[in-house]
Amino acid sequence: MPDTIRDTWTMTRRSLRHIVRSIDTIITVVLMPIAFLLLFVFVFGGSVGLQTGSVSYVNFITPGVIIMTVVSGIAYAAVRLSMDLQKGIINRFRTMPVAPVSILGGQALSSTLSNLISSVLVLLTAFLIGFRSSAGVGQWLIVAGLVVLFTFATTWLAIFFGLLAKTMEGAGAFSYVLLLLIFISPAFVPVSSITPALRGFAENQPMTPIVETMRSLLTSGVAGSQAGPAVLWSVGILVISFTLALTVYRRKNVVVLS
Amino acid sequence: MTNHAAMIPAIEAEHLQKAFKTARVLEDVSFSVPRGTVFALLGSNGAGKTTTVNILTTLIKADGGSARVMGYDVGASPAMVRTQISLTGQFAAVDPMLTGRENLELIAALRHVPQARGTVATLLGEFGLTDAAERRVMTYSGGMRRRLDIAMSLIGNPSVLFFDEPTTGLDPEARLDMWTRIRSLARSGTTVFLTTQLLDEADALADTVAILHQGKIEASGTPSALKRLVPGSNVLLGFASADDRDTANRLLQVHHAVRPSDGLSLLVETDGKPSAIADIFLTLRDGNVELAEFAQRNPTLDDVFFHIAGNGAGETAHA
Repeated sequence: MPDTIRDTWTMTRRSLRHIVRSIDTIITVVLMPIAFLLLFVFVFGGSVGLQTGSVSYVNFITPGVIIMTVVSGIAYAAVRLSMDLQKGIINRFRTMPVAPVSILGGQALSSTLSNLISSVLVLLTAFLIGFRSSAGVGQWLIVAGLVVLFTFATTWLAIFFGLLAKTMEGAGAFSYVLLLLIFISPAFVPVSSITPALRGFAENQPMTPIVETMRSLLTSGVAGSQAGPAVLWSVGILVISFTLALTVYRRKNVVVLS
Repeated sequence: MTNHAAMIPAIEAEHLQKAFKTARVLEDVSFSVPRGTVFALLGSNGAGKTTTVNILTTLIKADGGSARVMGYDVGASPAMVRTQISLTGQFAAVDPMLTGRENLELIAALRHVPQARGTVATLLGEFGLTDAAERRVMTYSGGMRRRLDIAMSLIGNPSVLFFDEPTTGLDPEARLDMWTRIRSLARSGTTVFLTTQLLDEADALADTVAILHQGKIEASGTPSALKRLVPGSNVLLGFASADDRDTANRLLQVHHAVRPSDGLSLLVETDGKPSAIADIFLTLRDGNVELAEFAQRNPTLDDVFFHIAGNGAGETAHA
């Protein structure tokens, strides 16, 4: 076990170096959510803002924009893993006495850390355009904990898709589905404004409880009724993705290089 | 009392079988590699060399048969096998985003090498990478990547080194450099398993050569024993017309093994003696066949295959 922890840390450091050395990917990751933040607040905010009641529109959408940052960021974990597979270095690791969980775990931890940094950058931008919260240190820590749990869980989903992908370009494609889920949730509009046909779906998919719990903590200081489902969804995604990723990794035939 | 552990071969493969979907890649592959020797698995593209390496290095599982590396079964205890081996694949398995030094340090950390700093510095020096050590590997030339790749494989002193076509794609100078390195590894007592498409490479490096053809070991033995299976040298005859070629084929077949080669040429097996070559010229002159080209060729892998196939298909020739 100590070897596994040590090896996981070695692999995490390697992956963090990759992230630091391709800083343009971090910029790409934060640019889109920031663009959406500005677009929603300054362009659409006027019309939607009326329906968000006592909560200002920037306060309303910031949790959703942070989740959007995470979803676009984790796609890079899939791309990096796919690149390792294509370049053959994974085959070297697989013939060494290193546990699979360490090899994949390095990606999971580095992705979680880098996405936390991206989230902070997006949050700072939100502050600049008027985001304010009455939440205390405790509530902020719970929000951070939820974001970390959600990021870690969906990164394992990214790792699973990265292992399945045939090309580097295809590795990150799954994240578009997650982005779509954010748009069909009360992340940017109140749930009442979603058409009834989609409302049932919106209320029963993972993005909704996660975004609503973050919003509730940041605007009213309480976790609210959605906190349980938010944690359950995240833990469920984590357990299933982790199991699938390790299974695929162990069974996967060697990538045929050409 | 003899040391039992020292007597177990470094690698033992018994009746290995592997199919991918419907393609049967390995039909029946058996061999044994004594410790501290160099073993070459010789075969053309698609013969199943890489599949064999992948089974022995725990990357894939065999469908049938068994294999042991340093006494550990590759199917039952892959984790133990991995503590004994390293693989240098056909394509350099290096991390382009890290520097040369960082690549070596990464492997040293994963193999829990004590005093890694010194080991890494020594390897950088030995492989001529000290000046490039702080540069990212993406800026390295193909030859430098290959050298780094091997240096990474040596960290932690594995007992058995696997090289899958180590010289494919290298220029002649880099190829000779690779040969020198493999020879010096063998001298230090490491067991080396390599695959190659080139008879001269197997000849130059290996203590034992096994020829893999269509998923079976067709012949194995020392390089000199294998070459005794093939006549001394072949003669390549080029003709100006198809008529001349066909006439020559008919006339020469009486006393020689002849097979068509590229275009308008024939390949004739001889024992390499002057009298045999003179006989070919005389036969052609008596038959009024015009000879456009003439060349002598040393035995190649093709010749060995041709010869083995000619000596009775399916029979394994153990020299």
